[in-house]
Amino acid sequence: MKQIQLKQVSKRFGDVEVIPPLDLEIEDGEFVVFVGPSGCGKSTLLRLIAGLEDVTSGAVIINGEDATGIPPARRSLAMVFQSYALYPHMSVRKNIAFPLRMAGFDKAEQNRRVEDAAHVLNLTEYLDRRPGQLSGGQRQRVAIGRAIVREPTAFLFDEPLSNLDAALRVGMRLEISELHKRLATTMIYVTHDQVEAMTMADKIVVLQRGVIEQIGSPLELYRNPQNIFVAGFIGSPRMNLLEGNVAASHKAHTIGIRPEHISISTDSGDWEGVVGVTEHLGSDTFFHVNCPAFANPLTVRAGGDVDLSYGSRIFLTPDKAHLHRFDDKGLRLT
Amino acid sequence: MARETGTRQKLITSIIAWLVAIVIFFPILWIIVLSFKSEGDAISTPLGVLTSAWTLESYAVVQERSDYLKHFFNSVIVALGSTLLGILVAVPAAWSMAFVPSKRTRGILMWMLSTKMLPAVGVLYPIYLLFIQFGILDSRIGLVIVLMLINLPIIVWMLYTYFREIPAEILEAARMDGAGMRAELLYVLTPMAIPGIASTMLLNVILAWNEAFWTLNLTAAKAAPLTAFIASYSSPEGLFYAKLSAASVMAIAPILVMGWFSQKQLVRGLTFGAVK
Repeated sequence: MKQIQLKQVSKRFGDVEVIPPLDLEIEDGEFVVFVGPSGCGKSTLLRLIAGLEDVTSGAVIINGEDATGIPPARRSLAMVFQSYALYPHMSVRKNIAFPLRMAGFDKAEQNRRVEDAAHVLNLTEYLDRRPGQLSGGQRQRVAIGRAIVREPTAFLFDEPLSNLDAALRVGMRLEISELHKRLATTMIYVTHDQVEAMTMADKIVVLQRGVIEQIGSPLELYRNPQNIFVAGFIGSPRMNLLEGNVAASHKAHTIGIRPEHISISTDSGDWEGVVGVTEHLGSDTFFHVNCPAFANPLTVRAGGDVDLSYGSRIFLTPDKAHLHRFDDKGLRLT
Repeated sequence: MARETGTRQKLITSIIAWLVAIVIFFPILWIIVLSFKSEGDAISTPLGVLTSAWTLESYAVVQERSDYLKHFFNSVIVALGSTLLGILVAVPAAWSMAFVPSKRTRGILMWMLSTKMLPAVGVLYPIYLLFIQFGILDSRIGLVIVLMLINLPIIVWMLYTYFREIPAEILEAARMDGAGMRAELLYVLTPMAIPGIASTMLLNVILAWNEAFWTLNLTAAKAAPLTAFIASYSSPEGLFYAKLSAASVMAIAPILVMGWFSQKQLVRGLTFGAVK
């Protein structure tokens, strides 16, 4: 079932059109990630769905009903903010119970649900503390707790992990994915981090300047990027993009090849180059290879045990089956 | 890099701070001393003042000659009344400017502040005429209104800066959690803004209590607050230092005590929300 639909939704701030009219459909129970560079309009899009911003034109349909003019309080959506946005003057218990109190649940039911949510999120021992006495990760859990108690139609996450340190971020990423599996509720998640998008999403929406560049599953986007922007944005390290003669020889304006689709040899290959900076990750090694034929160094992935010294002369061969071809407008050639 | 604060430097800073504090407080201290002297001793040399006998004579005379309590209540009503009325008007104003700013918000704020730069005497005549027209000359309600208007820019500015410190995301979170406008104001905004509202009120009570220009010019006998009570000891029969001092001490004592107990909030208020 299509749970959330955007029909020709657009947003202007004064003279600036942040989001030109766009259509989007989100299925029931899906984990959708909006990803794009900062300023691409992904947060604005989320806020339009939440009702925190008014659409300039178009319609927001939630559960089959036109919600365009309905205030956020009555859209039955829950949101987790980047800054957690907890109520500083209330205890954790009262923070989590707030949506229930607003919805008019009785005290006993409020308590039962708060205890349940606290149990799920490992917050039981902190229920009587104030947000100011908690760590960043705990605060984010309280914010999630506040979102889940009301059993909303969908969860909206606005860059919820950006304020956490790297180690905590990986942990919370798993917790949110786990939560999605358990609740099977629709989640819309905004991030600028393509790794978060790839690891968590059922469906990724790539945005640039308010325009949807491509929608698809993480592997679809990875394997078949529809344009150069998506090709360059999804995947880490980035896809190598080459123009000029080498692209022309494949009847394209630009060709793209991912680091793992280039093989290294010390005696023969298509492209000759010199090893530059090497990044050892243990499991993998990334070589940045300077080829005289290309303007920018190529990134090449090799096994963790491959070791080549700086300045070594090597040969690279791209795997033709995994070559991506794009025309002069940056669109994929089939 | 941490600043170097040696013991010597701290000592010098402390001495300077104490000196400045004493210089600032000296007039009040001298008034307190004079109030406990006889009229004759009060006009002698400083040394003579300090060595002469202490007496409560001036307080007794002041209490006998004028009705301190009447003026005190006038002051209380005018100070509290103008502050409460001001808060009532300023809260919605500051709220809308802080959370729903428009292109002209900045301009309106500056315009409001600019009215404080106008010399009060410039509008005395028109306001005096208006007071006569409306029949509110020498009335407490008249004073409440005029003091409210005088202090309104400061109240709005202070509240505005306090409200600006409340992250908009928290209000949005409340909206997402199902809070309507009323619940948002009642359960989220107001509890978070209470310290700011309290220190704004405190500062304005003090400003209104000490206001002398309008209270002296727009009152005679009925509505005269403590400022007029002090002034009444200065003119017709010449200056009576001891009685004037006794009247001043009685007038400033309540506000001094209040200010002392709420120093922390006051400092916060005077810095216009710049210090956390």
